[in-house]
Amino acid sequence: MTAATTLDATSLVLDAPLLLDSGQSLAGVRLAFETYGELAADKGNAILVFHALTGDQHVASPHPITGKPGWWSRMVGPGKPIDTDRYHVICANVIGGCMGSTGPASEDSDGQPWGMRFPVITIRDMVRAQVAMLDAMGIHKLHAVVGGSMGGMLALSLAANFPDRAARVLAIATSWRHSAQNIAFHEVGRQAIMADPGWRDGDYYSHGKGPEKGLAVARMAAHITYLSEAGLTEKFGRRLQERPDGSQGAKSFGFDADFQVESYLRHQGLAFTDRFDANSYLYITRATDYFDLAEEHGAKGKGSLADAFTGATARFCVVSFDTDWLYPTAESRTVVHALNAAAAPVSFVELSAPFGHDSFLLDVPALDRVVTGFLNG
Amino acid sequence: MAELRPDLAVIARHVAPGSRVLDVGCGEGELMAVLRGERQVDARGMEIDPGAVERCVARGLSVVQGDADRDLADYPDHAFDYAILSQTLQTAARPDLMLDQLLRIGRKAFVSFPNFAYWRMRASLLRHGRMPVTRHLPVSWYETQNIHHVTVADFRALLREKGVTVEQDWFFTRGREIAGGQGHFGANWRAEHAVFQLSR
Repeated sequence: MTAATTLDATSLVLDAPLLLDSGQSLAGVRLAFETYGELAADKGNAILVFHALTGDQHVASPHPITGKPGWWSRMVGPGKPIDTDRYHVICANVIGGCMGSTGPASEDSDGQPWGMRFPVITIRDMVRAQVAMLDAMGIHKLHAVVGGSMGGMLALSLAANFPDRAARVLAIATSWRHSAQNIAFHEVGRQAIMADPGWRDGDYYSHGKGPEKGLAVARMAAHITYLSEAGLTEKFGRRLQERPDGSQGAKSFGFDADFQVESYLRHQGLAFTDRFDANSYLYITRATDYFDLAEEHGAKGKGSLADAFTGATARFCVVSFDTDWLYPTAESRTVVHALNAAAAPVSFVELSAPFGHDSFLLDVPALDRVVTGFLNG
Repeated sequence: MAELRPDLAVIARHVAPGSRVLDVGCGEGELMAVLRGERQVDARGMEIDPGAVERCVARGLSVVQGDADRDLADYPDHAFDYAILSQTLQTAARPDLMLDQLLRIGRKAFVSFPNFAYWRMRASLLRHGRMPVTRHLPVSWYETQNIHHVTVADFRALLREKGVTVEQDWFFTRGREIAGGQGHFGANWRAEHAVFQLSR
C-alpha cells in the first residue's frame, strides 16, 4: 500500500519515491486529477480514464486555460456512456505532463525547474504512478480502466503489469507498441522543438518565452496524423483562405497561409502552445516511442505479446477505426490475438468513422454503444 | 431455449455445462447468451459483421470481429472444449480447411448447415432446371453468400476422408427434428438442415 499526502481535492503527493524503468527514482511525485460521480461505499464503481498524449485530467470539465469543454465530455458525464451517475470516474494528468502532475516544468528539490534533468519516463512508469494514486485513494479493483490512443497504451500496460487492478479494460484506437512510422513522426516533432533557438536545451522557463514555434510545428505535424486524408479533403479540399481585406480567396504568390488547410494547421499549432509545455511534449512522446508490451514481457530476445497478458483476469474490449492510419486496425488485431492466446475474454470491433485517429474523440454513435454495453455488461 | 433456432437449441442442449466454447459466426450472440445464462458456459464469439459484434458487446458478450476464413488460424490448439459453426460452413472459402481449424481449436465441434440434397431442392432443380430459391436459401445464385452448397452425403464423405468421428447427428425439416437414417430415403433426402457433433 502506497501512502500519499493529500494536498487538496485534486492533487496528492506520493510519500515514497517512484522507481522508474530507467533505474532512476523520482521523489515527491505529485499527481493532479479530477473525479466525477460518487465513489460507492465498497469503492467498487471506480473507472480510471487515461488521457492521450496531449490530454489532461479535465476529461469532462472545462479546461482551466482554454475554457473549452473537457476533452471527452461527449463520453463522460451524467447519462453518458461512461455514466457519472453510476460510476466514480477518475482521470489524472500523467507524470511528465504539464497540468499539475510532476513533469519537466515542475520544480526539482533545488527549487529550479527540472528541464532536461527530468528522468526519461515510460508508459509503465506513468501507470505505476497512477496505481500508487489509486492505493492512496483506497481503491483496489477498478470497475474499468479506459483509454484511447496513448491512453489505450496505458490501459493495456495496467492490464499487463497490474492484472488484478481492473475488472474491465477498454482500449480504443491504440497499439501494443510504437511502430517505426509512429516513432518517425514523433522524432519530427521533437527535432522541431529542439531546433527552435528558444528551446535553450530545455532551460527556457526563466526566459518568459520557450520554443513556441518549434512546439507549434510539432503539433502541426502530429495533427495531420490524427486525421484521415478523406477527412482533410472533405473539410478543406484545395479551398483558399479569404484575404485579410475580406475579398474572396486568391493565391498570394507568396508564403502566407493561402490554403485553408494551412491556416487551420497554423491555428492548431499556435493554440497548442498556450496550453502545453515543450519539454513535456519531448518526454511524453519519448515514453510512447519506448512502449512495446511484447518486449517488456516476452522472454529475453523474443518478445511474445501473449506473455504480457498471462494471468489476465479482466474482460477486454479493443476498438479500432477503419480510417485510423496512426494506429491501424492491424495493431488492435495483434492485441486481440495475444489476448486470445492468453485465453482472456476479449471483444474486438473495427468501427467505421471518417475522422481518422481522432474518431475516438468525435461523434461516433457506434462507439458510444460499444462503450456503454461493455462497461455495463 | 424455446426462442433459439432448432439447430442452435440442439447444440445448446449438448454443450457440457461450465465448458469453454467458441461460436464461429455467432451473429448477434443468441446461442452464446443462452449458453452463458443457462449452461454457465464461458462463451466467446467471432463474427464478421461489425454491427452484429457491436450488439454482442452491448449484451456483455466477448466477441471478436473477424473473418473465420482467415482469423481462426490465430487461436491456439485446443483452446476450447467446443468450436461451433452454425450455418456458416457453406459460406467458407475452403470448408474443408475451416473444419480442420474447428477441430484444432476445439476438442469437439458442432457444425450445422442447410442440406442442398433436401428433396424439395432436388425437385425444384429437376422441374425448373434452375438453382432453387427457397425459404431457407432465399437468395439468388449470383448474390448468395452460400458459395459452397453441400449435402449431408457430401459432408459425411469429407468427414470419412479426414478421419473425423461423428459423435452424434441431428436432422431438421420445417423446424422439427426428424429421424436420420442412412437408407434410400434417409436424411440426405428428408433433412432441410443437419447438425453434426464431431471429434478427431
